[in-house]
Amino acid sequence: MTGNIAILGYGLSAIGPGVGIGLIFAAYINGVARQPEARGMLQSIAILGFALAEALAIFGLVLAFVFK
Amino acid sequence: MSLNVLGSLASAEGGGFETPTTAEFYQPLLFDGPLAITRPAVVLMLSVGLIAWFLIATTRRAAIVPSKGQWVTEGAYGFIRNGVARDIIGSKDFLRFVPLLFTMFVLILVNNLFGVIPPVQFPTMSRIGIPIALTLVVYVVYHYIGIKRVGLGAYFKHLVPDGLPGWIVPLIFVLEVITFFITRPLTLALRLFGNMFAGHLLLLLFITGGEYMIIHGGIGLKIAGAGSFAMAFVLTIFEILIEFLQAYIFTLLAATYIAGSLSDEH
Repeated sequence: MTGNIAILGYGLSAIGPGVGIGLIFAAYINGVARQPEARGMLQSIAILGFALAEALAIFGLVLAFVFK
Repeated sequence: MSLNVLGSLASAEGGGFETPTTAEFYQPLLFDGPLAITRPAVVLMLSVGLIAWFLIATTRRAAIVPSKGQWVTEGAYGFIRNGVARDIIGSKDFLRFVPLLFTMFVLILVNNLFGVIPPVQFPTMSRIGIPIALTLVVYVVYHYIGIKRVGLGAYFKHLVPDGLPGWIVPLIFVLEVITFFITRPLTLALRLFGNMFAGHLLLLLFITGGEYMIIHGGIGLKIAGAGSFAMAFVLTIFEILIEFLQAYIFTLLAATYIAGSLSDEH
């Protein structure tokens, strides 16, 4: 089987953000379940955290294509 | 990977499946080289024309009882004005940033949605140059208002929060400079680019793979090809969600950076 080993690097770099995004949305769901009226405020915070955690995976994706 | 295996199996019978590559994203229509008029450029111009037409048409005869188009425009505008700008930047001076944020949001949203709308089907933001241009605007704006507010020296001084022990200050300063000048613009541009690029590549893979398996494969591969098309359908729905989310995230982060430059402590 042939392929590009840089893609494995992307797989590795996706582990951390995957766990992180899971934790962020778990906390968001917990928060909304406890206090439904705080949903609007929590939503933007959760999406902000999601975007920041996701950045690492995106770096991995781009670098997988850069270092061919 | 499994598609690669299937492709190599099929290639034994002749032909062979070519997985979509990054070359799919460079599509010059007119001329070649650096001044080529490419497909994303045409899509971008189309989107600008469409947005201008829609916004003017729906707001020129604004009525108390809104029409459907006016309702959509007002909904989007209200969402950015109240949900993003006022909540993040604060009620004191959010109003002068609303035009910038609204323009960014609508432009990115329409261009992203073009990734799945049939006659166009090309996400403009999957060419890195266009997110870089948008990010450059945000980058200049948030540094400019920060420096204009406190002056150049104080701007750099404010990067480090007060009340830290002396030995840690240089360390934090270097970290904050890297965050403000390198990480922030880099992630802002790459996030938008990466999501659109990866999403489009994924759709390409499932659709061309499904097409290949159905046309060239045996009976087993034909069933797998149907599965591949079903997967492409599900991913298209997912892609629409991502497209909305990325337009929102870009606007949200731009507002957050502007708010950071306007507030006293970072």
